[in-house]
Amino acid sequence: MTTKHFAGIEVELNDEGFFVDPAQWSEAMAPELAEAWGIPTPLTDKHWQVLRFMRSEYFEKGTGPTVRKLGKTSGVTVKELYQLFPKGPAKLAAGCAGIPKPRGCV
Amino acid sequence: MTITQQDASDATAAAAPIEKVSIVISKGSLEEIYPGLIMANGARAEGIEANLFFTFFGLDAIHKKRIDHIKVATVGNPGLHIPTWAGGLPGVSALMTKYMEHQIEELDIPGIKEFVEMISDTGAGLYGCLASVDLFGIERDELIDQVDDVITVGEFYEMAAGGQIIFT
Repeated sequence: MTTKHFAGIEVELNDEGFFVDPAQWSEAMAPELAEAWGIPTPLTDKHWQVLRFMRSEYFEKGTGPTVRKLGKTSGVTVKELYQLFPKGPAKLAAGCAGIPKPRGCV
Repeated sequence: MTITQQDASDATAAAAPIEKVSIVISKGSLEEIYPGLIMANGARAEGIEANLFFTFFGLDAIHKKRIDHIKVATVGNPGLHIPTWAGGLPGVSALMTKYMEHQIEELDIPGIKEFVEMISDTGAGLYGCLASVDLFGIERDELIDQVDDVITVGEFYEMAAGGQIIFT
């Protein structure tokens, strides 16, 4: 576990770089997090649509959605998801949205 | 090389992340196609570059007319825990396929056609094997539109260079 500063606030990250406590996240941190995760910036409305969806799913279900789930229910297609988050949409969006890494094989 | 040096280089190799996988799907039954698809999709989800190479009966997974009719092999499949003679009875393979498809759907895993299309959307490459296409007399337009190309084994190795090859 490590601590890092985003938008001037100290947060706790696990060994993989995901937030330990999603409540520590704020929207102001997203641009810096996006850069840290290698997400093409600046963040667009579509990025935000995915980030907000990730968080609402996490708080509703206790786990973030997989890419397939995102493609089916977030309103952003799988193709677009990979354009927005080239190195793995669910993983990168979870990191940028301050929630744990989603677990799921499909 | 001393044992210590060997250990150190092993440790380095183990720590290096996988950046590319080339997955060969060589068989045409449901239980032999899904694992390769799941591994390819999972690789893309981790940001790993992935290519799928369909050879021999694996070509059914990218064949327009056959993709929706992939069946579970019920003969010579001890994992199913039914007697071999029972697996050969008419309708058993169809029944078992229906059962497995239902189970798969329950887990919200897509059917093979939807899955292959989705994997193409993730940016993975889909390739048919030239020797197998020739062997079965399959025309290019009989393969689904998502197929990027029909290539030789040599071209496959070129494409796989620098990554891992997984044969299923």
